[in-house]
Amino acid sequence: MQSKPIALTILDIVSVILLGIAAYLALFFAPTEAVMGDVQRVFYFHIGTAWVGLVGFVVAAGTGIAYLATKDMKWDRFEVAAVEVSTMFFFITIVLGSIWARPAWNTWWTWDPRLTTAAVTELIYVAYFMLRQGIEDPDKRARFGAVYALLGGLSAPITFMVIRLFRTIHPVVIGNASAEAQGGFDMTADMRTAFFFALFAFTIIFIDMMWHRIRLGGLQEKVEQLKLNVAM
Amino acid sequence: METIPDTSGYMIAGYVITFITMGLYVLSIYLRNKNLHRDLETLEELDPKKSSK
Repeated sequence: MQSKPIALTILDIVSVILLGIAAYLALFFAPTEAVMGDVQRVFYFHIGTAWVGLVGFVVAAGTGIAYLATKDMKWDRFEVAAVEVSTMFFFITIVLGSIWARPAWNTWWTWDPRLTTAAVTELIYVAYFMLRQGIEDPDKRARFGAVYALLGGLSAPITFMVIRLFRTIHPVVIGNASAEAQGGFDMTADMRTAFFFALFAFTIIFIDMMWHRIRLGGLQEKVEQLKLNVAM
Repeated sequence: METIPDTSGYMIAGYVITFITMGLYVLSIYLRNKNLHRDLETLEELDPKKSSK
């Protein structure tokens, strides 16, 4: 049985501390936004989780290419980990966005280009797991998964860019917003501190969770192999 | 002077959902890991390659 590396234990502890600090900065350190009030504070975790979610989907596409080029199963484990952790974080992004939208836009949901592409992206990756569940042969599963992750990865840059290319009510934090945007605000120095710290904290937490999920994938492979040995 | 609207309920709901979702995911990794280790132990006992050594 493989024991847990000391570096992973350290990363676990660091992740918990960073999450605590990020929550403190978002909830207490950053000033209250004058128009929206406290609900604006979900913005820090909304962007932090969106960042790791979208980056993870791009990473999954990259590892999909690496698997197709090398046929090395380690890239498949990497890809599954990236998709699973990113899907979880991106789910949080969508829920936080919806919660913010209720007081800011007076609705939980609207079929705005950003919200629509975000929902489609999330559903693409939920379907990724359904696809993998339906394939028994590990090599075929990895190959199909890699192609799917590669094509699905296109949804991440589309989701990121859509508010910069189309008329949308979703505010833009970095860059120019559409004239239709509602709920945008100028960040103060303290808000920027909380914002960038949340990005950093979620990046480390994402790496930590990925590492755990990759190890789990290795264990799953070992169990599958042993099941075949026992069955023969 | 305009007063800041009280939207703290939404903020609390957002953070509660965030922590619950992340907590459930960590729990699912822990449980899957535990179950796989149990399966591994059982299968290693049954594995003919290991039993014959």
